[in-house]
Amino acid sequence: MIRLQTPLTEAAVRGLRVGQEVSLSGVVYTGRDAVHKYLHEGGLLPDGVSFHDGVIYHCGPVVMKEPNGDWKVTAAGPTTSIREEPYQAQIIRDFGVRAVIGKGGMGDQTMAACKEYGCVYLHAIGGAAQVLAECVRKVRGVSFLEKFGSPEAIWELEVVDFPAVVTIDAHGNSRHREILAHSQAELAKRL
Amino acid sequence: MDYTLESSLMNALFESLVELIRRTSAEIPEDVHRALLASLEEEKKGTIAESALKIIDRNIALAKQKSQPICQDTGSIIFYVDVPIGFDQLAFEKTCREAVTASTKKGYLRQNSVDSLTGVNDGTNVGPGAPTVHFHQHHSPTVSVRLMLKGGGCENVGAQYSLPLEKLHANRDLDGCRRVILDAVVQAQGKGCGPGILGVCIGGDRATGYEYSKQQFLRMLDDRNSDPRLDALEQDILKTANELGIGPMGFGGKTTLLGVKICAANRLPASFFVSISYMCWAYRRQGIELDADHAIARWLY
Ligand code: SF4
Repeated sequence: MIRLQTPLTEAAVRGLRVGQEVSLSGVVYTGRDAVHKYLHEGGLLPDGVSFHDGVIYHCGPVVMKEPNGDWKVTAAGPTTSIREEPYQAQIIRDFGVRAVIGKGGMGDQTMAACKEYGCVYLHAIGGAAQVLAECVRKVRGVSFLEKFGSPEAIWELEVVDFPAVVTIDAHGNSRHREILAHSQAELAKRL
Repeated sequence: MDYTLESSLMNALFESLVELIRRTSAEIPEDVHRALLASLEEEKKGTIAESALKIIDRNIALAKQKSQPICQDTGSIIFYVDVPIGFDQLAFEKTCREAVTASTKKGYLRQNSVDSLTGVNDGTNVGPGAPTVHFHQHHSPTVSVRLMLKGGGCENVGAQYSLPLEKLHANRDLDGCRRVILDAVVQAQGKGCGPGILGVCIGGDRATGYEYSKQQFLRMLDDRNSDPRLDALEQDILKTANELGIGPMGFGGKTTLLGVKICAANRLPASFFVSISYMCWAYRRQGIELDADHAIARWLY
């Protein structure tokens, strides 16, 4: 298990290899379809939000307002990442993102951007909404809540020991591609 | 006998359905939990497959303890209802819709239903086709309600094949069926939040094929098919899929599938469909039998 702390350095990210388990602490920003499309089309991040050396989490959390006005995340599992494939490479490049968390893996463009700019794809456990919500210790803020709605907003979350697996590294390796090729070959032997 | 639902019965039914929804969303059925724990034993210690299953197990415990959704995608809401002849299905369906909306307000279900033309999510989980209620009449006086919450990520990796399929050397026979089902497993990889469960229908038309494939998820995970040919195919696909090394979440490992359930339906001479539904590990299905007052008499899973 490798411990990661935000902000992430390029060296720390380039030191990771596919198949390694990581435990991430620090700040992550949620962003899914609406945010990716908006940034791709030239939209600007709100004041105070920076992805530089930071982490984007493909997640539409369930967030409730507590009686004292604080936000509380009650479910925070990853959503399918491949929908952001058309946008992700450009966002990694333009905003200096060091890690993308999601599920299901991403494609060749993202893999190439990870290699070129020093970024990794971290696969969280799909469906583990409760375990991952427990890792969120604090909601620091939210942007675009009105504009995109709660699941699509940018939530700034403080996380502790968020578990994930490196499935695309900064060296051009993808666990998804390896397992696909391996399973196809194994199946061919059994037909 | 008059089966029109009076308001006191409607109220009791409403309460029973809300409790059914709560429990389905927050608690994994015993048979599924047993299968997950067995697969955790199987995986090599210290692998990421093992860690993934441990996190899944911890998630199951937390969701139950907090009475919160196991997964935030609370899925398509599908009811299967067995009713006596003459039962008031219209009143029942209306109560189902009310129970769904109330359960959404309580947070047992996420606001999860979107108007396909406008993209608007009105937050009620009720609209055209949502929830889905299937009624079946039977000769017994009892009413039983089964509920499945079918996630979107796993629904997206379902597949329907039309045989013969030259590309996969799949002919119109059981070997052809085997080839396309295993192809679906490889195409899905971990994207449906595996380890998964397959529901398959051989035959039918495009609509009924998928419909029957989903109904296979109502079976107990450890039951055996009463048709020896289908039983053999189920066991073979389960074993073969688990030799492919896809593993939990597609990380690699021994557990790619937890179960395979297959049925057959007659087809037209001109068509031969094999329809495959994929259920994620967050396999949410429960059922209740109602007593005469429409309170919960017993749980079915
Ligand atoms: S596929 Fe299942 S476990 Fe995965 S996110 Fe969807 S509902 Fe949750």
